[in-house]
Amino acid sequence: MGRSGDLPRGLLERFRARGGQWTDDWPDDSGCTVLHVDMDAFYASVEIRSRPELRERPVVVGGTGGRGVVCSANYIARGYGIRSAMPTAQARKLCPHAVFLPPDFPAYQQVSAGMMGIFRELTPLVEPLSLDEAFLDVGGALRRLRRTPAQLGAQIRERVQAEHGVTCSVGVAATKFVAKLASGLCKPDGMMVVPAAEIMDFLSPLPVSALWGVGARTAEKLTQQGLTRVADVARTPLPRLRRMLGNAAAEHLFALANGIDGRRVVPEVAEKSIGAEETFDVDQTDREVLRRELLRLSERTAASLRARDLRARTVSIKVRFADFTTITRSKTLQVPTNLSQEVYRTAARLLAEQVPPGAVRLIGVRAEQLGEGDAMGEQLVLDAPERGWREADEAADLARTKFGTAAIRPASLLKPRPER
Amino acid sequence: MKIRVERDGLADAVAWVARSLPSRPPVPVLGGVLLDAGSGEDSSETLTISGFDYEVSAQVGVPAMVATGGKTLVSGRLLADITKSLPNQPVEIAVDGSRVSITCGSSKFSLPTMPVEDYPSLPNMPQLAGLLQAEVFAGAVSQVAVAAGKDDTLPMLTGVRLEIADSKLTLVATDRFRLAMREFEWEPSGAVETAVLVPARTMADAAKTLGGSGNKIELSLGSTDGLLGLAGSGRRTTTRLLDAEFPKYRQLLPSEHSAAAVIEVAKLVEAIKRVSLVAERGTQVRLEFSESGLRLTAGGDDEGSAEEELAVELTGEPLTIAFNPGYLLDGLGALHTDRAQLEFTSSKRPALIKPVGEDGNLLPGYVYLLMPVRLPD
Repeated sequence: MGRSGDLPRGLLERFRARGGQWTDDWPDDSGCTVLHVDMDAFYASVEIRSRPELRERPVVVGGTGGRGVVCSANYIARGYGIRSAMPTAQARKLCPHAVFLPPDFPAYQQVSAGMMGIFRELTPLVEPLSLDEAFLDVGGALRRLRRTPAQLGAQIRERVQAEHGVTCSVGVAATKFVAKLASGLCKPDGMMVVPAAEIMDFLSPLPVSALWGVGARTAEKLTQQGLTRVADVARTPLPRLRRMLGNAAAEHLFALANGIDGRRVVPEVAEKSIGAEETFDVDQTDREVLRRELLRLSERTAASLRARDLRARTVSIKVRFADFTTITRSKTLQVPTNLSQEVYRTAARLLAEQVPPGAVRLIGVRAEQLGEGDAMGEQLVLDAPERGWREADEAADLARTKFGTAAIRPASLLKPRPER
Repeated sequence: MKIRVERDGLADAVAWVARSLPSRPPVPVLGGVLLDAGSGEDSSETLTISGFDYEVSAQVGVPAMVATGGKTLVSGRLLADITKSLPNQPVEIAVDGSRVSITCGSSKFSLPTMPVEDYPSLPNMPQLAGLLQAEVFAGAVSQVAVAAGKDDTLPMLTGVRLEIADSKLTLVATDRFRLAMREFEWEPSGAVETAVLVPARTMADAAKTLGGSGNKIELSLGSTDGLLGLAGSGRRTTTRLLDAEFPKYRQLLPSEHSAAAVIEVAKLVEAIKRVSLVAERGTQVRLEFSESGLRLTAGGDDEGSAEEELAVELTGEPLTIAFNPGYLLDGLGALHTDRAQLEFTSSKRPALIKPVGEDGNLLPGYVYLLMPVRLPD
């Protein structure tokens, strides 16, 4: 979050759970039923887990090509000013001796699924925000588990570390907004409890940029009017805020600044689609290159489907041309699939038949109309060989879990890609 | 060109030719129909209407009074729409420069024409191979084409395989989820043994429209030009054969079974339609066969569930098996009998559906093979 720098030191110490572990003199966590769990430098941590020799070095995960951006950086790399979403090229300038790694999404998805599994053992009210963070509402689980919210937070931190070898930070509060702020402030590998009665003490000294929805533009507007801390916003009459920011934004920020956040933890709705896309370093006109990229993306998409036990009824491709015009084309299959070959065959067909020639900047594959593999059953085919693509995919998935994503791939992807 | 024709004959003929035209022709002339008066065999009596898109050709003659002979090329779809909506009175067609006028009663249309010289010549009919009973052929094609693939990423599955072994003709189609096979007698013009793959849609269209009851259809096959020709009732059509390998299907047909159930088709169809209302987007229906009867179930906890029981004559082992309801209904609908025999070996092996005649015996000549849906363990 990068906002803790502006905080009075005492405040952090007051709420931080000592050593991140539970002790008797913790702040009062009664009524703090919302937990925000956020992995620390998630992608980088997963990479370091499998390569411990990188632990003491700056590690950056991101697109390594000319247009790549940073997805994740460990705390050593952050010390050099490297941040997520920064162009990789800029990160290289800031820290030329950092280790730059391409992302391994299947590995992250696997760890993520494991974490979410731990959360769901505690409460069904888990709202994942991305692969590496989630809100939990533990209000209904406290009596059953005979634990307080902070004790559950500590338990989660121990289990994630023990079972997945990566650390996370947990914010414990009465509302989502405060819980998320708290986890951001105790990073890395920490826990912070904000007692319900002390929300205003906690919020007041924070800079306005800590308010959810305040970006650079709004922060500037507020600062110009002399509002620099959350307390300033909380004390400003609503009509004045309305004149500054418009009705909706004013009411939203006024409520947050006063510790009011009515949003509930909403369990994950079933995923609507799964996909992958790639921006080329240089625009590509060669159909062979595009097809190979589709194969790589289809492999990744289908592996995600299989990892989640989902099947897709529709396959779509997205093509963005050099002039940024973007088209998507889709085809519905007769029988839902999660096979890499079938996703690829459909995607390649769409490319061949429905995409006009031209220089392509970005290409993507998406699996839509998802259903649970189990409930769908599997339509058997007549002349299926005893061991076919399904078995090949299953064997490849197994090899990848053991040896990493690079362990196995289609032979046609072995050719050095021109941009690497 | 200046001619007069009867409205009904004209509308039917144009509609028949136009149905085989591509919906989005790669070049405009291929979306046209060619009207030719005066160059046919009965030059003064016939208007010949033709369509061709390099895949499929269609040609039909209608009686006409030809005042001036000639040829003209007009949009097939437009002409079909116009002739269909004309009042039932004689139609006059006249070419004037680059336009053609169509007059019928008090309606008058004027259409632009396309250059006749740009239109490709229709292929000649290949050599006559034999004669088919129109009704038998139409029935057989409809029983088989239902199993052909609609996914044109796999062209070999979008065809109907036609096998000729002297007087026995076999039609087969499969989309790999099911396979339908029909064998029947025909009248070959000589001793022939061959097999070709015909686009299913064209064959189904032709079989339906080439002959009424009692008529014969001429089937012609070129040995080298990759064409199949079908002709009957004054209409002739050719189609380019598919150049693809058909799965080696005979070895896939199970030769024995461990359970067989005889069941009334109409009751089973009704029950499947009812229970599959809760089967989301074509997910499976489960069939549990036991001594006490057949229990159909579908759905689950989330989307709602349904079940229904039916009487059935089971011989052999009880078994639970699941199918895509659409494929199962296709097979039952293609039998054209009141009762069916369903044959199984296991819940993961192909099942066969066969027609049962009035006398309770299996009717030879037709089989619909259906692959089950594997249920989660």
